[in-house]
Amino acid sequence: MNIRHPHQLRRRAVGAYVATALTLGGLLVGFFRIQVLLGEEHRLKAASNRVRTLPVPAPRGTVYDREGRILADNVPGYQVTILPGPTEEVRATLERMAEHMELSPERIERVLETLQAYGREVVVESDTPFDEVAALEERRADFPGVYIEMRPRRRYALGDAAGHITGYVGEITGEELGSEAFPDSLYEAGMIVGKIGIERQYESLLQGRPGIRHVEFDARGRIVGDFGGAEARAPEPGTDLHLNLDLELQRWVHEIFPDSMSGAVVALDPADGGVLALYSAPGYDPNLFVGGIDDEVWAALSADERKPLYDRAVLGLYAPASTWKLAAAGIALDLGVVTPDEEMPEPCTGSMFYGNRSWGCWDREGHGYNNLAEAIGNSCDVYFYQLGLRVGLSNLLTRANEIGFSQQCGVDLPQESQGVFPDRPEWYRENFGEAYRYGPTEGEALNLAIGQGPNSQTPLKMAQFYVALARDGSAPPPTIARAASGASGWELHLEPEHIDALQHGLRMVTAPGGTAHFGTALEFWDVIGKTGTGQNPLSVRNLAEDHAWFAGMAGPPGERPEIVVVSLIEYGRSGGQVAAPIVAKTADFYLRRKYNIPVDTVQTFREHIMTGPIPRWYRERFPDSDFGRTGAEEAAPNVSGRGGGG
Amino acid sequence: MIRVFERWSLDTQLVLGILALSLFGVSMIYSAGQVHVPNAVTQEAWVRQALWFGLALVAFSVLSRVPLRWIEGAAYPSYAVSLALLLLTLAIGEGRGTAAGVRSWLSLGPLSFQPAEVAKLATILALAQLLAPRESGLHSLRDLVKPALVVAVPLMLVMLQPDLGTAVAFVGILFAMLYWAATPVWLLGLVASPVLGLFLSYDTTVWSVYILLVVGGLILLRFRLSLFESVAVVLANFATATISGPLWNSLAEYQRNRILVFLDPEVDPRGAGYQVIQSRVAIGSGGFGGQGFTAGPQKRLDFLPEQHTDFIFAVVGEEFGFVGTALAVLAFGFVLTRLVRMASHLGETQAFAGLVLLGIFGAWMVHVFVNVGMTIGVVPITGIPLPFVSYGGTFLLMSWVAVAIAVRVAHERP
Repeated sequence: MNIRHPHQLRRRAVGAYVATALTLGGLLVGFFRIQVLLGEEHRLKAASNRVRTLPVPAPRGTVYDREGRILADNVPGYQVTILPGPTEEVRATLERMAEHMELSPERIERVLETLQAYGREVVVESDTPFDEVAALEERRADFPGVYIEMRPRRRYALGDAAGHITGYVGEITGEELGSEAFPDSLYEAGMIVGKIGIERQYESLLQGRPGIRHVEFDARGRIVGDFGGAEARAPEPGTDLHLNLDLELQRWVHEIFPDSMSGAVVALDPADGGVLALYSAPGYDPNLFVGGIDDEVWAALSADERKPLYDRAVLGLYAPASTWKLAAAGIALDLGVVTPDEEMPEPCTGSMFYGNRSWGCWDREGHGYNNLAEAIGNSCDVYFYQLGLRVGLSNLLTRANEIGFSQQCGVDLPQESQGVFPDRPEWYRENFGEAYRYGPTEGEALNLAIGQGPNSQTPLKMAQFYVALARDGSAPPPTIARAASGASGWELHLEPEHIDALQHGLRMVTAPGGTAHFGTALEFWDVIGKTGTGQNPLSVRNLAEDHAWFAGMAGPPGERPEIVVVSLIEYGRSGGQVAAPIVAKTADFYLRRKYNIPVDTVQTFREHIMTGPIPRWYRERFPDSDFGRTGAEEAAPNVSGRGGGG
Repeated sequence: MIRVFERWSLDTQLVLGILALSLFGVSMIYSAGQVHVPNAVTQEAWVRQALWFGLALVAFSVLSRVPLRWIEGAAYPSYAVSLALLLLTLAIGEGRGTAAGVRSWLSLGPLSFQPAEVAKLATILALAQLLAPRESGLHSLRDLVKPALVVAVPLMLVMLQPDLGTAVAFVGILFAMLYWAATPVWLLGLVASPVLGLFLSYDTTVWSVYILLVVGGLILLRFRLSLFESVAVVLANFATATISGPLWNSLAEYQRNRILVFLDPEVDPRGAGYQVIQSRVAIGSGGFGGQGFTAGPQKRLDFLPEQHTDFIFAVVGEEFGFVGTALAVLAFGFVLTRLVRMASHLGETQAFAGLVLLGIFGAWMVHVFVNVGMTIGVVPITGIPLPFVSYGGTFLLMSWVAVAIAVRVAHERP
């Protein structure tokens, strides 16, 4: 057989044609199936390949103070997000990123865990500094699956002057996600939520609702642009919040508070209980927490012995000492067991005898016979011992609890300490044990009446009580946000002449000759108030000074008080010397601004005479003062003609 | 141009078909460079490809005038040289781009090329030289030993690089040329059976049925093959089935993954299965009419792997749809059948030419089937380019050299 005969060649050629046709025909069948029969399915796959649905963070509501000044708002920030992928590849990407940004190994592990748990994009850093963004952008190709987008960054205008009030925001934790406060329908991983302070209290209001965006990505996770094929949803911005707080006053308190001291200042508007200033020293800058606080900064803050993170104004519990005498007096007046003009039968001789022991007055010289106002002016312990006995322990406990001295004020903050005060006689046995198995004696009433004994209060609580004294005996709950309501106030049933008597007593403290006169005398305003010297665990052992209190109120002469201020200085020793000037300066700043009088840094009489001559207004305001007059040895407490107040 | 070809009396239709494919290739490489984030290298690949195309045309016009006897005379020497080059490649070869781990490139100053491409052509010439003098077909296994060795030596050297795709092309060359040398199809089938058995041995039942078919076939063909040869075929089948396990274990992990994801790409959609999944998605989303030239999103957004080289056909599928893929496959079908048609019209003295044409046919057939097939997952992924379309200068040049030789040997009657 001739294998090269044309017939043979043609026959073999046909075989080759058939083989070619079968092979290429098979391919064509494959293409027909994938492109024509399954084309739509593959188009969808291609779309889901490159289009991802991403949340668009909603801008958080702005927080304004009472004048509409911004306390917390948003500025443009950058967020770095990574898309899910093979774990080892993502880990390698994150490790490369760590060379250009702050990214701890722990954070990398957490991101990987979240990626595996949720199988969707995870925020690597919710607030990336611009230099890191620039470094990452420059090397985009090295970071597959990573994209950077704008996201509002929280900014706190007052910084550490108001950190305790505003609080701060941070990324939601797994624990928070699991809690009822953050319902699954509204919250998901990666969202920024309020952690503490107003931010936490009004989280649901401020948060808003994240939008949805369909974004086209390339294979390396780079954003190409928005994908028009599906409906996007714009984020709903959070609701703005208006506070009763006075931003300038808060800043002023921060400025005048002694840097070396710890303590708290609370300023309330007696008209409605609105919080004008709420300050705890030392403070912290909430801006440090935005976008995650540095580990070192956090370590320093939490290890600081002065406890800057601790909000002394609403969490700190201190023995209220003499500032509480007004509470005892208010209860006694309400019960009708004393009248304002009545003097106690036993004169103060520096001490008095009750039960089987002697009860001392702080002033061993004694105060003689005192009526109520004089007893307050002198802070006479002996008067208040007798007042306590008249009220009786049982009544004292009941009424003090009605006022809420063993409860919270109900201020609109996520955390507040409850006052410590016995709620009934059994309290003693439950808390102090078998020494009280026969119940407390009436002698406890003596202790409580002068603000000693098992009685610890927050500065905020004392401020709320003084609001009642500045009004008509009723006290609305302190509120930071305007129109916030929830907690109910309480009422002491006091006649106007009772209020007059109590305010008269407070006036004696700040009148010429009073213990707090020099530090509180102001050109334009009447300041009245009560000092307190609170014992603390260190001071009873003579290891430190007592805590210094001053609870006061101020207003134009002859008018009702328009601001109530309480200051507490830890280990400040003297209420009159240290705490009272802060109250006076705070009130002066607020009232001057309210009445459009230029603010001066030299405010109190003491500041004036330390920097210059006796100002003329002092003679006009206090004609009875003997200060600076030849031969005058003592300033007599005289307040006649000064207006009785409300 | 056509007039020029006519003066040379060359096969105009073949050359025109391949010219069209080459121009199509340059434009597809241009499209492959049009991506969302431009990359200077891939963006200008089409320019380099066009320059190489020009060079290839020069080489073509020169080589298509070389006398046939020169080509015949060069067959064995070029075969020897290419074996030497393959050995040299194993010693000092380099990787390139995505095939960085493979020693398949040789550098000559600024130029670099793959000796395997030269070896394919040289092997075709050598095998043609070996088979051309035969007056009768190859009817026994013994007849096949020599031709098989001629192909097996370069094939093994290429496998050692390792470059599996090109190695398969050598198999295509061998079978196509043996077929044209009048080897019966059943004999080729028996030769191929141990390899087929190797793949079927993953399932004992399937393999058992298969081996019964082989033995049954041998019994039917008992008068064509000696008993010794029949036993050898069966033993070879058992041998490959036996070594399949150890062979599987000796594969590198990436090689095993390629086979596993060929069976089911979804076992590793972001790893080994990624390329074929993305390629299928791209081709499928082209639908009937395609997304339009340069407009394919899968390609633009970087989802397509190797889009200007091995997976260029996925760009064709995404941008021109089924219309485009069908036309491209038919164009290759035209070129391939044209080679066969040329071979079938040769005179009785042109045995060498016919074998060369079929050798080229076999090589290109494997390239087209394996490259196009892997883009839709009907063939495991092997790094093998699509002739005239994939980016690659020396490959384009050598392919045009093959065209020159094809038209020359077909034209000249000794």
